[in-house]
Amino acid sequence: MQLDLNDDQKTFQQTARRAIEKEMPLSRIREMVEVGATFDRRWWQSGAELGWAAMLVPEELDGGTISGDGLCDLAIVAEEFGRGVVPGPLQAVNTVIAGLVEVVGEQERHAETIGGLFSGELIASWAVYEPGREWDPLNPSVVAKVNGDSIVIDGVKDRVEHATSADLFLVTASGPEGVIQVLVPADAAGVTVTRQDGVDLARPFGEVRFENVEVAAANQVGTSSTTPAVVERQFQVAVALQCAETAGVVGRAFEMSCEWAFDRYSFGRPLASYQALKHRWADQKTWLEAILATTDAAVEAVSRRSSNSAELVSVAANYVGDKSTEIIQDIVQLFGGIAITYEHDIHFYLRRATINKHLYGTPTEHRRRVAQLIPA
Amino acid sequence: MTTETVEEFEARARAWAAENLPPEDPDNPPHFEDDLEDWSRQRELQKKVWEGGFAGICFPQEYGGLGLSTAYQEAYGRAIHGYQTPTRLNLPTFAIVAPVILDHGTEEQKQKYVRGALMGDVILSQFFSEPKGGSDLAGVITRAERDGDTWVLNGNKIWSTAAYGADYGICLARTDWDAPKHRGLSMFMVPIKEQAGFTLNRIRMVTADSDFCEEFFEDLVLPADALVGEVNDGWTVASRQLVYERTAVGGGSQYTQGPRMPRPQNHDVQSPAELAKSLGKQDDPYVQDRVGLAHTYEVIHGQINHRVGQAMRRGALPPPAASIMRLFHAESMWTTRDVMMDVAGGLAVAPNGHYAGAITNGVEDYLMRQSASLGGGSTEMARNLISERVLGMPREYAADRDVPFREVRQGR
Repeated sequence: MQLDLNDDQKTFQQTARRAIEKEMPLSRIREMVEVGATFDRRWWQSGAELGWAAMLVPEELDGGTISGDGLCDLAIVAEEFGRGVVPGPLQAVNTVIAGLVEVVGEQERHAETIGGLFSGELIASWAVYEPGREWDPLNPSVVAKVNGDSIVIDGVKDRVEHATSADLFLVTASGPEGVIQVLVPADAAGVTVTRQDGVDLARPFGEVRFENVEVAAANQVGTSSTTPAVVERQFQVAVALQCAETAGVVGRAFEMSCEWAFDRYSFGRPLASYQALKHRWADQKTWLEAILATTDAAVEAVSRRSSNSAELVSVAANYVGDKSTEIIQDIVQLFGGIAITYEHDIHFYLRRATINKHLYGTPTEHRRRVAQLIPA
Repeated sequence: MTTETVEEFEARARAWAAENLPPEDPDNPPHFEDDLEDWSRQRELQKKVWEGGFAGICFPQEYGGLGLSTAYQEAYGRAIHGYQTPTRLNLPTFAIVAPVILDHGTEEQKQKYVRGALMGDVILSQFFSEPKGGSDLAGVITRAERDGDTWVLNGNKIWSTAAYGADYGICLARTDWDAPKHRGLSMFMVPIKEQAGFTLNRIRMVTADSDFCEEFFEDLVLPADALVGEVNDGWTVASRQLVYERTAVGGGSQYTQGPRMPRPQNHDVQSPAELAKSLGKQDDPYVQDRVGLAHTYEVIHGQINHRVGQAMRRGALPPPAASIMRLFHAESMWTTRDVMMDVAGGLAVAPNGHYAGAITNGVEDYLMRQSASLGGGSTEMARNLISERVLGMPREYAADRDVPFREVRQGR
């Protein structure tokens, strides 16, 4: 949680929290999981009306921010998503928007797509991972052949968030002169989407196959020379939002475990009165503050495009990734046997933290990135 | 209040430093050799800072400070980067003892100790821990008895950092044995000089440093004005002191001048990244993972101090949250020291050859690893404070609670 929310941001936060508590409480998420639903499109659209997809869109394209720092505003919603372990394409849609608004001179060309995304009518997802491979966005095996006025795409992507709900994909692919990104409608001929049920029951991914998929050349986003920077920007936005979401996950899980500390009695006294256990909560509190501190710093650096944003993003990603799961697993231990049942809510939090730890670079990958970015 | 902006202040400090402070030799950074000559040097440097009008940026003007905000303090820190400064006076003189005197001292004490310290005339130390006590600070058994206008001190203190270089130690002693332990304590200023009834020894550490001291008091006579705060209300003073100590040890004090801590001794290599590079291991994936981890902790250390410090100033977290900074600091130090050893690898067994200096320092730091979780109060105490005073969890049963201290068992 950012310490310095202004009044408008506080309202934005409260509105998001109410929208989630009212329409998307954990009981509702459980019902959706039972029937294999992912998220409610109408609900996402009502979220979009609250600005959940508008914060990264520049004013000239009808977007706007609450505070002037769009990503900081968006991080507020991401944290609320984490607190409620809410399903929804917040990170997916905004990461694609971050790429579309980054390509200077092309914004007009993509204005309709951007408009559809921020109004909530369209869902887009970044198709960047490939089967069997770690995070390596600039070495895609998916191929894009440029054929006059059209582009033909071949290959397979996986771990595409909300793939079965998406209307279009932003695909990284090897073009004739290097990596390019292309917008591909999900209903284009030759696109096959297969749902991948992952660790997070409320947030499915998918494999997307492209077999001779032909799209207009105008669907290309940026050029092979601009793409590495655009991909880096999307990556930083995705990781920053992911850390903010995880901060919300851990914050809420920690609240639940503190309530338990006072409510649960063993040997005639509350768990909170045992020094051996109190020390565990003290560690968790310290790590949680560290998660919040480093997440805020990363979000702010990416929002303001600071020169050290890559370093701060990877610092946050590896710490938040490792500590979030360490904290929640320890919370499971403190809850006892009930916490390893389906019935208890904590597994939803553990699931969300676990996938966030492994998406867009693992902690090890981020630490190695940090080592290479250490200022001399 | 000043009408000078932070930027103007920084520019003026920069110009002054260039004119007045000796530059640091980057190839030969200042080392502290644990000798009195080094302390004389610190005094001289502080006198320069005082004469330049930059002493005590966040201290009140009536006691020699500038009465400015932390933004000016941070600006000054940037301005004097690369120059020799009296960093050893930051802890405990400026960051801990002087603010305690500001909070609890008499007008005369504030002029004598705070202004004296800012002028470079007085160096302050802490006489807190005792050989039998450790984390149970309120259980001190050093006693002070009133004798007419004076106090007579008897007992033994230990782990007093750099007391050999100081002029006074702020000393917690028991003055009422019939009261429960927190209510029978008083705080005194004890002069550190050759005098009857006072003995100071230096303690040799595992690294061969001897910055720590122990002191023995045998019928040491203190004047009436040595008392800080009220008689038998020493715990109030000590509690304040602990907050300043935790804040300072965590690195978040507003009362320091410039670089917050003295540099480690004789360090040719300062960071795991530099060590990896000097050993040619910078491309090893495992070493990169470990180096990245150490750097991550270093960066987050600053970020958490900033966040928790802000939250405390705004009341979003209570003052005992300073222990969060303290706990993270210890974890961060362990990580760095563990990583240094990992990077050194097998070469750490008997370091010699080209990299001897770097690895030797890394090994010595590793042997002192737990100092980061002992100095300034053990991390177990920090965890108690966080759970009890930040999260509101109940205290454990204590056998000495509300019992006259005379009846409390003191070991077997």
